[in-house]
Amino acid sequence: MDINEVVYQTFFPAAGKIIILGGFFEGSILELSGGHILVQCLKDEGVEYVFGYPGGAVLHIYDAIFHQEDVKHILVRHEQGAAHAADAYARATGKPGVVLVTSGPGATNAVTGIATAYMDSIPLVILSGQVPSPVIGSDAFQEVDTVGITRPCVKHNFLVKDVNLLAETIKKAFYVATTGRPGPVLVDIPKDITDPNIKVPYHYPEKISMRSYNPVVSGHKGQIKKAVELLLSAKRPIIYSGGGVVLGEAHRELIELTRLLGFPITQTLMGLGAYPAPDPLFLGMLGMHGTYEANMAMHESDVILAVGARFDDRVTGKLTEFCPYAKIIHIDIDPASISKTVKVDIPIVGDVKPVLEQMLELIKAGNLKPDSEELKAWWDVIESWRQVDCLAYDRDSGLIKPQYVVEQLYQVTGGNAYVTSDVGQHQMYAAQFYHFNKPRRWINSGGLGTMGFGLPAAIGVKLAFPDADVACITGEASIQMCIQELSTALQYNTPVKIVNLNNRYMGMVRQWQEFSYQCRYSQSYMDTIPDFVKLAEAYGHVGIRVEQPEDVRGALEEAFSLKDRTVFLDFVTDRTENVYPMIEAGKAHHDMKLRVAPSAPLDRELS
Amino acid sequence: MRHIISILIENESGALSRVAGLFSARGYNIESLTVAPTEDPSLSRMTLVTRGNDEIIEQITKQLNKLIDVVKLIDLAESEHIERELMLVKIKTTLESREEVRSMVDIFRGKIIDVTPSSYVVEMTGHSSKLDAFIHGCAADSIIEVVRSGPTGISRGEKGLHL
Ligand SMILES: Cc1cc2nc3c(=O)[nH]c(=O)nc-3n(C[C@H](O)[C@H](O)[C@H](O)COP(=O)(O)OP(=O)(O)OC[C@H]3O[C@@H](n4cnc5c(N)ncnc54)[C@H](O)[C@@H]3O)c2cc1C
Ligand SMILES: Cc1ncc(C[n+]2csc(CCOP(=O)(O)OP(=O)(O)O)c2C)c(N)n1
Ligand SMILES: [Mg+2]
Repeated sequence: MDINEVVYQTFFPAAGKIIILGGFFEGSILELSGGHILVQCLKDEGVEYVFGYPGGAVLHIYDAIFHQEDVKHILVRHEQGAAHAADAYARATGKPGVVLVTSGPGATNAVTGIATAYMDSIPLVILSGQVPSPVIGSDAFQEVDTVGITRPCVKHNFLVKDVNLLAETIKKAFYVATTGRPGPVLVDIPKDITDPNIKVPYHYPEKISMRSYNPVVSGHKGQIKKAVELLLSAKRPIIYSGGGVVLGEAHRELIELTRLLGFPITQTLMGLGAYPAPDPLFLGMLGMHGTYEANMAMHESDVILAVGARFDDRVTGKLTEFCPYAKIIHIDIDPASISKTVKVDIPIVGDVKPVLEQMLELIKAGNLKPDSEELKAWWDVIESWRQVDCLAYDRDSGLIKPQYVVEQLYQVTGGNAYVTSDVGQHQMYAAQFYHFNKPRRWINSGGLGTMGFGLPAAIGVKLAFPDADVACITGEASIQMCIQELSTALQYNTPVKIVNLNNRYMGMVRQWQEFSYQCRYSQSYMDTIPDFVKLAEAYGHVGIRVEQPEDVRGALEEAFSLKDRTVFLDFVTDRTENVYPMIEAGKAHHDMKLRVAPSAPLDRELS
Repeated sequence: MRHIISILIENESGALSRVAGLFSARGYNIESLTVAPTEDPSLSRMTLVTRGNDEIIEQITKQLNKLIDVVKLIDLAESEHIERELMLVKIKTTLESREEVRSMVDIFRGKIIDVTPSSYVVEMTGHSSKLDAFIHGCAADSIIEVVRSGPTGISRGEKGLHL
């Protein structure tokens, strides 16, 4: 036996015939079954973790996983959790997340997670088992049309019809998922494709090109020049940046540009962290629950630089009254994001990073500067809006205020934690009160707003960064949607801290009912909320219930000092608290509902 | 306005449903859709007729371009182009009406391709509006069935939609 052959036999006991054409690994052709090809592709792609759940259609693949340790499999408790965990791993690291599920219910359970990733443009590769090719279409056991079901919520999907095309298809999946505007890509693999008895030569292409897919990178020079000229002539400018800056790793360029110009900047929910929140140029988040100063500045601005943001309806409010005085520059890698809901004046299709770099070069090379007097006057107006102190809340309350818990979390973690969240009021408090100063630290479902995201997401992040503090800010309703993942957290020793802002209500729903349905709280509370302390303990974790404001800080400190334990902190918060400011559905930016805060003078004009 | 979008798309199973799914999911209207492989069997050519204002058409072409399987597309309505549709019509005939139907078919440069004692099948190609006019010209109760391919089109001049 050739030495190369011995090596391969050792690495792949289940591999088939080996053809060695050249030196050690170079140029050699290895014959593998589909299952082993899949696992080998993941190794060659540098995949660290696969989040999955076994079943009939993927048994061959699981057998191939059994024979190796390079790609670690994380066994979740529900396929939705697999998709969320992989998604959060991707959000935190910038690398694609990988999911493996079986056919039928395995695939349908993953759909919510896939759609979540799709709406926020997160790179995921989902491998789903399918019934054997010959029986596709016969309503076979656990058959669903996975390609059909997922088509509207993936960037692309494939059905593998020939084991000889498997490796190339996997390469394409990673390529499509991670380039251009990222997104989930699903590969549906019929069981016969992974048959251990059918072995074919394995080759993982290093590069791939697809004639039908060529994402743009650099922006149009002429457009960039026009944009710079418009920016420098602005009197009341604002930078509106979004998730694209995080996805495109362009936070350094964004920070440099903002500071060079001295312009105010606001960020979307998805953009938070790209520009450091504690910085004075940052006005806070904009949109439905954005700050007064950010929304007013948008409304009154004359030039908006939109960077990797997609003019979502939660941001724009009433479209016909959106930013009536502004000329808009929009940088986005996806042409379809441009002028989709809001017409823009200077579209720039391109990757944020190179486009911002070119803008910086032009500004530095030219001798034009922003008009400092105009800018000063603009800042004066903005400061007056800031005085409104729109995020103020009652600090003397005898009840635990959810905002206070988030503030304390921020302090206890030094602002350095990875914070995942579920969906509801608690998510907005997290966005408003945890002042993210680095990108990829704020992990939440913005576009789909998926309750149940937070806990599996925290596990995915903790696996990626075992030494970092990871907190999941959640609500008593959301946490119950993927509570089973507490079991996964124990199995893989991912000590995350769950910060449950327990208001005994679906707070966000209750708030809308209070404002728009005359307090008819239809089905927005549950009479039977579990004892979360016991529940945490039953899953093998630590549970702490906190009922008094003065105990909040201590409980958080204790939780984070338990480095190797998952801790469920159940904060019993003021159940009447609302998220302010709020732009109600169909209203414009300057038409915000504000809290009449005790600290604010009552006679001021609110908008 | 009416637009004819001509698309080169990978000839993969499911490609058609990606296009059709996009239209239904985003609420765009499709008046007609024709598709068949080209001289290169790995590519299909699709012709899609839709209506919408400029913003909607812009979104439609952007969203279509975003589909990974779409290689290229053009909006034929933006330039000089030729449009043709194929129609087969089965017409009920009587001894008295036969002559009149035949002359109608001649006027419209159609062909009678099947004859029974009581019916004709007429084949006709042309601009969709011409086909409409023919149908309009036939006695309403004489039409047994109509099959139309939906328009296909090509631009004038030497430029074309190819790889
Ligand atoms: C309860 C709830 C309340 C919410 N309230 C608010 C709110 O008050 N304010 C708010 O802002 N949001 C809010 N959201 C979130 C909102 O629904 C949207 O998810 C969010 O506004 C979208 O953020 P974005 O515009 O940054 O776009 P993203 O969804 O992050 O999209 C990124 C954009 O950048 C582009 N892009 C990606 N990569 C690149 C690149 N490399 N280069 C250039 N461009 C790139 C993409 O094409 C896309 O257009 C809320 C969500 C929930 C669930
Ligand atoms: C899967 C899912 N179902 C329903 C909703 C609608 N929804 C949005 S927020 C919310 C209530 C969340 O309650 P909780 O988790 O307790 O958070 P709170 O608002 O009280 O902080 C609901 C039901 C959703 N976003 N996701
Ligand atoms: Mg709640």
